[in-house]
Amino acid sequence: MNLADALPEAAIGTLAHAEDWRAAVRLAGDRLVATGVTTDDYTEQMLAAIDEHGPYIVIAPGFALAHSRPSAAVLRTGISWLSLAEPVPFGHAVNDPVRLVVGLAAVDHDGHIEIMSALAAVLADDAVLAELLAADSPATVRELLAQHSLA
Amino acid sequence: MKIVAVCGMGIGTSVLLKMNAEKALRAMGVDGDVEAADIGVARGMARTADVVLTSDDLASEIGDVPAAVIVINNFTDVQEITDKLTAQLG
Repeated sequence: MNLADALPEAAIGTLAHAEDWRAAVRLAGDRLVATGVTTDDYTEQMLAAIDEHGPYIVIAPGFALAHSRPSAAVLRTGISWLSLAEPVPFGHAVNDPVRLVVGLAAVDHDGHIEIMSALAAVLADDAVLAELLAADSPATVRELLAQHSLA
Repeated sequence: MKIVAVCGMGIGTSVLLKMNAEKALRAMGVDGDVEAADIGVARGMARTADVVLTSDDLASEIGDVPAAVIVINNFTDVQEITDKLTAQLG
C-alpha cells in the first residue's frame, strides 16, 4: 500500500489557510467530499466527535487525524490530506498546534488498516514529514509519498 | 498481557495505536494481545485487560477500572509506547 494510491490530487490541500480548528477540519472534510469518499454530513460528524470527546484526534505533535465512525455519510473508505500554512491550535495539551490534518472515513472497523499502517510509517519519519509539510502543491505531495511511502 | 487501545470512534486512532503497541511488545519481547476499542465499549473491555492505552482527553472518560490506564501523547512514537509499557511492567 502506497499512500499516493489512496490520495488523488483532489484529495490533497497544501498550505491552506484556516482560521481555527473547525475551519481546518472542514477543509479536510471538503477534500473527502471532492473525491466521492463522503458526503457533507460526514464533515459535521467529524466536528461533532471533537466536540464530544475533545481534541484526542491530535495524536502526534502537529498532526490531527480527523474522523468519525462508519455511517451512511461514508460512501467508501478513504483519506484526505491538508497541510496548513499557519499552524492552528486544537486545544490539545501536548501536541498543539496542528500543521497537518488527515481526514479519514471508513466503511468498517478493519478495512483501513493498510492505509493507517502506511500513514504511520510516513509520520514517524521526521525528514519525510518536513518535506511533505513544505510541499506547495498536491502533485508534489503525491510525488513525495510515491517515493517514501512503502509500508 | 492484554492491552486495549482506546479512541473515541474505534477506528483510525485506536487502530494506529494498536499497531504501534504491537510493535512495542515485539521490541520488548513480550507476548501480548492488543485490541482496538471505542470509548463506548472500552470500559467493559478494560475490566479484563491489564493495560489500557489512550489519549489524555479520553483517559478521564474510562473511569475507575482495574487495568492500568497509560496516557500516550504521540500515537506514532513506538519508543514512547515502549518506554511507558516497560515502566508499567516494572
